[in-house]
Amino acid sequence: MILALVRRDLLLVLRRPADAATALLFFVVVTSLFPLGIGAEPNLLRAIAPGVIWVAALLSSMLSLARLYADDHADGTLDQLLLGAAPLAALAAAKAFAHWLVAGLPLALIAPLIALQYDLPAALYGVLALSLLLGTPVLSLLGAIGAALVLGLRGGGVLLALLVLPLCVPVLIIGAGAVEMAASGLSPQGQLLLLGAMLVVAAAFAPLASAAALRISAE
Amino acid sequence: MKWFWYASPQTFYPLAGKIALAGGIAAAALALAGLYVGFFVAPTDAQQGEVYRVIFIHVPAAWMSMFLYLVMAFWAALGLALNTRLSGMMASALAPTGALFTFIALWTGSLWGKPTWGTYWVWDARLTSELLLLFLYLGFILLQAAIDDRRRAERAGAILALVGVVNIPIIYYSVQWWNTLHQGASVSLTRAPTMAATMFTGMILMALAFWMYSIAVALVRVRCMIREQG
Repeated sequence: MILALVRRDLLLVLRRPADAATALLFFVVVTSLFPLGIGAEPNLLRAIAPGVIWVAALLSSMLSLARLYADDHADGTLDQLLLGAAPLAALAAAKAFAHWLVAGLPLALIAPLIALQYDLPAALYGVLALSLLLGTPVLSLLGAIGAALVLGLRGGGVLLALLVLPLCVPVLIIGAGAVEMAASGLSPQGQLLLLGAMLVVAAAFAPLASAAALRISAE
Repeated sequence: MKWFWYASPQTFYPLAGKIALAGGIAAAALALAGLYVGFFVAPTDAQQGEVYRVIFIHVPAAWMSMFLYLVMAFWAALGLALNTRLSGMMASALAPTGALFTFIALWTGSLWGKPTWGTYWVWDARLTSELLLLFLYLGFILLQAAIDDRRRAERAGAILALVGVVNIPIIYYSVQWWNTLHQGASVSLTRAPTMAATMFTGMILMALAFWMYSIAVALVRVRCMIREQG
């Protein structure tokens, strides 16, 4: 059931690839705006690159989260899931996982390309991609709670970002911190382990909160 | 004592009125006493001069901002667990006061920061986590405002408050590791306060005044909600 749900979500995205591409393109466009806005001085760009890439990933993730449950809610799939025998928390975890595969993983994969544009040393690409690999699932998991809470509300997308962004601050700080540590010649291991710990905690508890929120919203 | 007797809005309404009135009077009296001690009794600070007197508003407001979030989350959890109508109302009624105290703490802090640190704002751990606390309060209020159905609004808000309360220690420590300039706490439960006794008295009086004010205002708000929902 869990796998079926993930496969279905992925299939839906494959049938309409433009939807997934929008979030990725948003990420690329936002990161390209910063050098235009603040000037393309290489030292400055190198200094802000980890932060800018992480903030852009955060925003891009919010953009696609708004629709995480909206389509299922509109066509009645969500009601079926709520009525079904499978535990709702597991289904919420599956939805978040599918969201991450579509909206988080591509960001982590394309991030080294952005880092190249920001003139980041090649040695940091691995840390950047790894920090995003560990961090973006946390964003999907936390965001899924918000997406469930704002289900069917007017202005839900903006509200979702307002609710979830403050909660994502630790991920942002530690994720960007890992890259900065590596950039200053220190080992980023501690930060990456912290990100991993956050992922484990979020994966354990966030689906429960999402499930509770879904039940409330779909009542 | 039958606790659940007062869990019903009808029976709580008159009691809330009495407590709110008593709390309001106590708040006014304590605030007057606290401000008197703060402005006329407490000595001038050796290093900071008169400007340190912001402390009598700033520190109690910062305490209340954090404490009220915990109280709000407590009521939210109670409301989710026991399904009592009053608990949700209490949580909703506390949010604006909590946001107000958070804002006051930030505002007075920046006024204090300018003469002593030379800047209104720094991206320091405590300032940043207080700012994020304000965002959490505002998110809670906006979420409840966006939902028309009262019951759903209360329960959705409760989930958000609980997720927030789990996240607050993580946010706090993450920003602390990230950057810090704010001095450590000057008052703690485990050791003697590092300040003159009169300053401490003034601060405690103001904290109690804010406490009473919060109780009074929250209960008045709860009474309004009971009226609105009949």
